[in-house]
Amino acid sequence: MSKNDLFQPQQFRTPLSRARGMGSAHHGVSHFITERVSGLALAPLSLWGVFAGLKLIGADQHTAIAWLGQPLNAVLLALLLVAALTHLQNAVQVVIEDYIHRFTTKSFLVIGNLFVCVAAGAVGIFSILKVAALTVTGAH
Amino acid sequence: MVELALPKNSQIKSGKHWPAPAGAKKVKTFKIYRYDPETGGNPRWDTYDVDVDACGPMVLDALLYIKNSIDPTLAFRRSCREGVCGSCAMNIGGRNTLACTHGWEEVPGKAVQISPLPHMPVVKDLIPDLTLFYAQYASIEPWLHTDTPEPQTEWKQSPKDREKLDGLYECILCACCSTSCPSYWWNGDKYLGPAALLHAYRWLIDSRDEATGDRLDALEDPFKLYRCHTIMNCAQVCPKGLNPAKAIAEIKKMMVERVV
Ligand code: SF4
Ligand code: SF4
Ligand code: FES
Repeated sequence: MSKNDLFQPQQFRTPLSRARGMGSAHHGVSHFITERVSGLALAPLSLWGVFAGLKLIGADQHTAIAWLGQPLNAVLLALLLVAALTHLQNAVQVVIEDYIHRFTTKSFLVIGNLFVCVAAGAVGIFSILKVAALTVTGAH
Repeated sequence: MVELALPKNSQIKSGKHWPAPAGAKKVKTFKIYRYDPETGGNPRWDTYDVDVDACGPMVLDALLYIKNSIDPTLAFRRSCREGVCGSCAMNIGGRNTLACTHGWEEVPGKAVQISPLPHMPVVKDLIPDLTLFYAQYASIEPWLHTDTPEPQTEWKQSPKDREKLDGLYECILCACCSTSCPSYWWNGDKYLGPAALLHAYRWLIDSRDEATGDRLDALEDPFKLYRCHTIMNCAQVCPKGLNPAKAIAEIKKMMVERVV
């Protein structure tokens, strides 16, 4: 028997049944919008981020902490982090869905990707708040 | 599934060589993919040195010449030989196109290499199995959906609304676009592909259709629609000069318009 798909027993399913599959998941547009909007937000935020990074090159720890202690910098950095991680989580999920086809592997990776991004966000925001709070209270 | 190398039973071996007849003045080599499910075994490249003075200018002319005068076992599809039926789509010189409208002289390189449309099951030689491709087209329900009782005369449409179907209705379902799309290669079982989506859009913007919402519902899916990453291969290869990528972008726009 040929290895050709055409002659495999599961092909007794009608072509239309195969094409329809399990039907529409009725979602996708929110993922699409999130990816675009986070990308949009990233444009100015990352520009600011690069600018800030350049300014801090060669600065000592005190200067860096003082910089992060300014509310505007702390807030913008937190926003940059959230926008970047949201975008990353979205994009990596798309790549996983493109290339991984086994349901278990795919689910594992999609959830893993979500966990890693959320954890990175939590740690990042905690760190920003901690440094910023220390500076505000002058306790460091 | 992503396959970086061909599976063992699909690897192409070198095959027969058919030299040009003695006295041929202008000879062109055609390297053609051959696979016969009856005899089994791996596919192979057969090479035919064709006396091109004896055949017409198109790749299809050369294929017909080979079949009629050199090797009658060569299998391929064709019908209209003028770019309207879509039967003769194949990969010529590394590019999906119609054999009947593509001149063999236009193909760069020494030999004209011809294989079936990529990433489809092969029925025989240059004939791919397009069953799922056609079923995907059927799944978008390519006909007018209405609930309003049929009018006495025709469903009316303004010339302006009719114009919106230009660049869409001309599709001949040759499958050049879908089989050139990496997303369709990797996820062709779930992603509808550029051809079916172009037609989906054709009905979505038909002013006479009353099922726009249902159509959008049926398409809003991470795989059916959103596997398109605007790689644009589809628009590059379409032998009718259509732009399925743009049609898909318009569908995505409608999806957004519906929620904001
Ligand atoms: S859009 Fe073009 S390439 Fe795709 S099926 Fe239609 S005619 Fe062929
Ligand atoms: S634009 Fe979309 S449909 Fe066209 S080749 Fe790219 S991914 Fe495929
Ligand atoms: S034979 Fe009809 S399109 Fe080529």
